[in-house]
Amino acid sequence: MNVRPTLIAAAAAAAIAALAAPHADAQTKPMPVPKTAWGDPDITGVYAEFTTAPLERPAELGDREFYSSQEEWKKYAEKRINDVNEDVETAPGTQADVHYSMGTFKLSENEGTTSLNMRTSIVVSPKNGRIPPLTPAAVARRDAAAAARKGHEFDGPENRSLTERCIVWPSTLPPILPRGYNSNLQIFQSPGYVIIQGEMGDPRIIPTDGRARPKDNLPQWNGTSIGHWEGDTLVVETAGFNPETAWRNSTEKLRVTERIKRIDEKSLEYSFTVADPDTWAVPWSGVYPLTKMDGLLFEYACTEGNYGMANILAGERKAERDAAAHKSAAPAK
Amino acid sequence: MNRLVAATAALLATLPVFAGPLTQFPKAADGHPDLSGVWQALNTAHWNLEPHTSGYPAVLELGAQFAVPPGLGVVEGGTIPYLPAARAERDRRFANRVAEDPEGKCYLGGVPRSTYMPYPFQIFQNRRDVIIVYQYATGFRRIYVDGKDEAPLNAWMGWSNAHWEGDTFVVEVTGLNGQTWLDRAGNYFSDNAKVTERYTPISPNHLRYEATIEDPTVFSRPWTIRMPLYRVVDDDYRLLEFKCEPFAEEKIYGHLRKPGTHGTGGAKP
Repeated sequence: MNVRPTLIAAAAAAAIAALAAPHADAQTKPMPVPKTAWGDPDITGVYAEFTTAPLERPAELGDREFYSSQEEWKKYAEKRINDVNEDVETAPGTQADVHYSMGTFKLSENEGTTSLNMRTSIVVSPKNGRIPPLTPAAVARRDAAAAARKGHEFDGPENRSLTERCIVWPSTLPPILPRGYNSNLQIFQSPGYVIIQGEMGDPRIIPTDGRARPKDNLPQWNGTSIGHWEGDTLVVETAGFNPETAWRNSTEKLRVTERIKRIDEKSLEYSFTVADPDTWAVPWSGVYPLTKMDGLLFEYACTEGNYGMANILAGERKAERDAAAHKSAAPAK
Repeated sequence: MNRLVAATAALLATLPVFAGPLTQFPKAADGHPDLSGVWQALNTAHWNLEPHTSGYPAVLELGAQFAVPPGLGVVEGGTIPYLPAARAERDRRFANRVAEDPEGKCYLGGVPRSTYMPYPFQIFQNRRDVIIVYQYATGFRRIYVDGKDEAPLNAWMGWSNAHWEGDTFVVEVTGLNGQTWLDRAGNYFSDNAKVTERYTPISPNHLRYEATIEDPTVFSRPWTIRMPLYRVVDDDYRLLEFKCEPFAEEKIYGHLRKPGTHGTGGAKP
């Protein structure tokens, strides 16, 4: 029995009670924006990405960006905090069934700092808070890729996902989105640069020194980011993605605009717009808070400890050998 | 005023960023040298820290393209002071370098190896922290200026606390996991090692890099490597990704792939 979710939920409920629904974000006290020694707004720190708002809004909430009452928040958000961490029955033979319990190792997303949020979803545009449907061309592309993969999922390492291969994660790519665990990042600044490093990902070097976007457009797994300050807001434009990054079925035409600004001493507001005419008919946007954490990010050496990949492939080879042995041992009908 | 700033910004946005050789070593606002910039070693330390003649490639099939280039070495006094058993272990590692060198598996390079791999790295500096991003495997170090904390756990890139001694940036690296190598020749230390790095400007475009390695389980005494680091002065230079994971997959997992299938290597130039 894990008591932490209850405690977290209780603390969350207490904190949320202090927030005046429904427009929680607008209620925080403004503060003078701290500056770095060279005059840029200071957004440095270690932040948690996990928030009570899901990526997409439950359909029944319609176009409502914020919960209308504490009761409604409890019904959706508190449930979300509790759900992630409870021991759940898993279906035999699924990956979830054999994966270690996140809660046991304090890896559940809500074991760390959670940003309390009166928003009903991270996605705020389109108005219904849901990611727009893929264009017919994108559906065809996705289906073709899935068909090509079918039956070859375990052939070799290149058939596994980019996250299993330690290449990119949704929690570290632009746009940054909270994910199952280690959804934390650190922001570092030096004159002319901002560096954002997701816990599991690569440090993203964002020049803010006024340079133009490179013309070569060399494809990069994480794209190429160029930033600038608009008042107290960091604006980062990222393009030039490797087509294999294919974030949410997107193409190399994906363009991500991120905006990061300080809300108060402990939080930043992170918002993003993604556009790829070959994938979505309209651009879509989201917003959620990043909450400052105590402590530091520790080195996440992924490939160095990737026993999972070897075990996945070895397991499949064993299953194939067993199946072959079974077949040859079976009496002819 | 704002219009002037906007106009200047617009003008700057259209100009290439000319790095070029500098005429003065930059100073940070706090008066210390500003080490910010892209740097690279230009030597053969990465093939072998000790003096060495040219040599056969680790895999003969790769031919002269991948032969070992000769080098005068970067070890003060020429030879690494191994304890006898440790020297034998170094020789064993050399013999097994194709299988065992962590570089072949795209593992993080560690300290000091990441500094003199044949790839650039970028230093970012402010008063509290110095960040180093190495192109190889996107290695990352956060260096705590005047930091007093100790490593909570050992790590590939260790734990770095630094201070300034005049114009020299001194970084004490502990918490190293002992799984990294020092070069492609099998030189190594254990998880008992402490590395003290010293970065000193010696011209507007050069740093002297020194690393003193202490590890009583492997060496009979502390020893030091020393080399210049060169400022990358190319126009519009930026650190590109060298995500080497895909390139190491066949090496690490190839024996586990489905018979008759093959990886994607060599598919395009």
